[in-house]
Amino acid sequence: MELGNQVLQYLLSGFSTGAIYALIGIGFSIIYNATGIINFAQGEFVMLGGMLTLFLMETLKLPLWAAIPLAVLLATLVGLVFERLAIRPLSKASPISLVIITIGGSILIRGLSMLIWDKDTHALPPFSGDEPIMIAGATVLPQHFWILGITVVLIGLNKWFFNHTISGKAMRACSYNPRAAGLVGIDVRRMVLLSFVISAAMGSLAGIIVAPLTMTSYDVGVMLGLKGFCAAIIGGMSSGIPTVIGGLILGVLESLGAGLISSGYKDAIAFVILLLILFIRPQGLFGKPESERV
Amino acid sequence: MKKELIKYVIFAVCVLLAPLAFSGNYLMNVLVFVGIHTLLAVALNLLLGYAGQISLGHAAFFGLGAYGSAILSTTYEWNPWLAMLVVALAVGGLAFAIGFPILKLKGHYLAMATLGMGIIVYIVFNEWIDMTEGPSGFSGIPNLELGPLVFDSDFKNYYLVWSFVLGCVLLSVNLANSRIGRAFRAIHDAEVAARVMGVNARLLKVQVFALSALICAIAGSLYAHVMTFIAPPSFGFNISVELLTMVVIGGLGSIYGSFLGALLLTMLPEFLRFMHDYDIVFYGGLLMLMTIFMPGGLVRGIPDLFRKIAGLRNKKGGAHA
Repeated sequence: MELGNQVLQYLLSGFSTGAIYALIGIGFSIIYNATGIINFAQGEFVMLGGMLTLFLMETLKLPLWAAIPLAVLLATLVGLVFERLAIRPLSKASPISLVIITIGGSILIRGLSMLIWDKDTHALPPFSGDEPIMIAGATVLPQHFWILGITVVLIGLNKWFFNHTISGKAMRACSYNPRAAGLVGIDVRRMVLLSFVISAAMGSLAGIIVAPLTMTSYDVGVMLGLKGFCAAIIGGMSSGIPTVIGGLILGVLESLGAGLISSGYKDAIAFVILLLILFIRPQGLFGKPESERV
Repeated sequence: MKKELIKYVIFAVCVLLAPLAFSGNYLMNVLVFVGIHTLLAVALNLLLGYAGQISLGHAAFFGLGAYGSAILSTTYEWNPWLAMLVVALAVGGLAFAIGFPILKLKGHYLAMATLGMGIIVYIVFNEWIDMTEGPSGFSGIPNLELGPLVFDSDFKNYYLVWSFVLGCVLLSVNLANSRIGRAFRAIHDAEVAARVMGVNARLLKVQVFALSALICAIAGSLYAHVMTFIAPPSFGFNISVELLTMVVIGGLGSIYGSFLGALLLTMLPEFLRFMHDYDIVFYGGLLMLMTIFMPGGLVRGIPDLFRKIAGLRNKKGGAHA
C-alpha cells in the first residue's frame, strides 16, 4: 500500500478514536465546570458501558438494541451513587482530597468489576457486521460510521441541552458562579448531581460504541479516561466544540504516530502531548489565559 | 526540638531491635519491603504533606532508580554504590529540571501532569527492550557489598534498607522543623501569602520535588539490589496510587505517619492472603473512607477518635449524674 493510502487509513481510524476521546473529554469538562473537580473515575464509566453491555447480552441474553440503553442506565446509576456517597460528603474539601477520593472511587469501581466479571478482554459484536467498506483506497469498518454518527448526535444533544433547556442553563449558571446561582433559586447540589449523571451517561455510551473495535476489559477505563482528559485539556475544559477538536487532534496524531513511528509508544504520544499542552498552554489551545484571583 | 529527638531515638531503637523478635522469620523479608516503602512514602509526604503538591507519578522516580542502578551495575559493570549515587543525583537533577514547568501547575492539573509523566516512564521501561529487557524484566542484578559483607540475606538487607530509612527520617524530621519546613507549610496553606512574605515558593517547590525524587531513586536502587530482579509492573500507576494511599492513611505532613502507612499497607496483604485479588478493592475503599472520615490520617485520626469516645462517655456520665 502506498504512503498516501496509508495516511488516509490512519486519518480515518484516528477520527473515530478521536471522537471517542472527545466524548470522554466532554464528560470531564461537564463535571469540571459544574464543580471544579477533575473526576478521575470518568474512565471507569467508559469501562462500565462496555462491560455492562457485554454482561447483559451474555448473561441475560438481551439483544444488542436492548442491552445498550440498559447498560447506559446502569452506568448512570453508578455515577449517581458515586456522587452521593463520595463527592457530596466532601463538598468543601481541598483539591488534594478530591483527587484522592475520585482516584479511590475509580480503583473501587475497577476492582469490583474485576471481581464481578474477570480479568480477560472481551469483544462486543459490531453493531452492523464487520464487512469493510472501501473509501479511496482505505478500508473502513461500519463501526467507525456508528462511532462518528453517534458522536455527532450526542454533541448536538449536548449543545441543545446546555443552550435551550432550563436545566442546562441552570447548570451553566452554576459553573459561572455557584453562589449567585444558589441565590436565584437554583439547587446547586442537584446540578452537581446532574453533571455526574450526564458525564456517566456520555462516558458509558462512548465505552459501548468503541468496544467492538478495541475490545473491553475491567481496566480499559484507565487509558481511555486519561486520553479523554487530554482531549479536554487541549480544548481548554470546554464542554463544546474545542474539546471535540482536541479529541480529533489527539486521535489523529496518535494514529499517525502509531502507524508511522512505533505502535509500542502509541500511548506515550498522548501523554507527551498532554504534558506539552499543560506546560505551554494550560488554558488549552483555544482558550485565553485566565488571571488568578487571590 | 528535644521532643522530636526523643521520638526519633525511640523509633531508631525499635527499628534496630526489631530483628531480635522476627529474625529467621519470613516477616524479616516483609520488613525489608516495609523499609523500602517507608522511604518512598516519606519522600512523597515531603512533597504532598508538607509542600502541598500532589504527585501521581512517584513510581516513575522509584523505577528510574531501580532501572538506572540495574543497568549501570549489571550491563556496564559499575560499582553498585557508585551507580546508586550517580543514579540518585541524576534522577534528582531530572526532577529539578522538569519541576519548573510541572510545579507551575496546581491541584488537579498537577495530578494529571505527574500521572502523565509516570505513564510515559512506565511505557519506556516496557518498550526500550535493548536497555530494560522490556516486559520480561531485568534479572541478574548483583547484591550490594560492603568489603567482605554481602547483603544477600533478609537479615542483612533489613539493616541495609533500614539504615537508609533512619537517615532519611532524620533528614526529613529536621527539614520539616527547620526554616525551610515552615516555608513549606506556608506554601501549603497560602502560597500567595507565603510569596508576599518573601518565600521563594517556586524554587522551594522544585527543590522539594527534586529531593523527593532523589529519595525515591535511592529506594529504587535498594529495591533492585535486594530483589536482584525488576520488571515494569513494579513501577506502574498502581504503585504511585499505593504510595499515595500510604501517605494519606498515615497522615499528611507526618513523617512517622508515613512509616505507619507503609507498615500497614505492606503488612496487611501478608496477613490477609485470602484477599489476593480483592486488595485493589480494599485500597480503593480505604482511600475513600479515610478521605471522608479521617482526613488527618491515622496519626491524627486515632487520638481524635479516643477523644471523641472519651467525650461521649463524659457526657453520658454527666447525664446520669
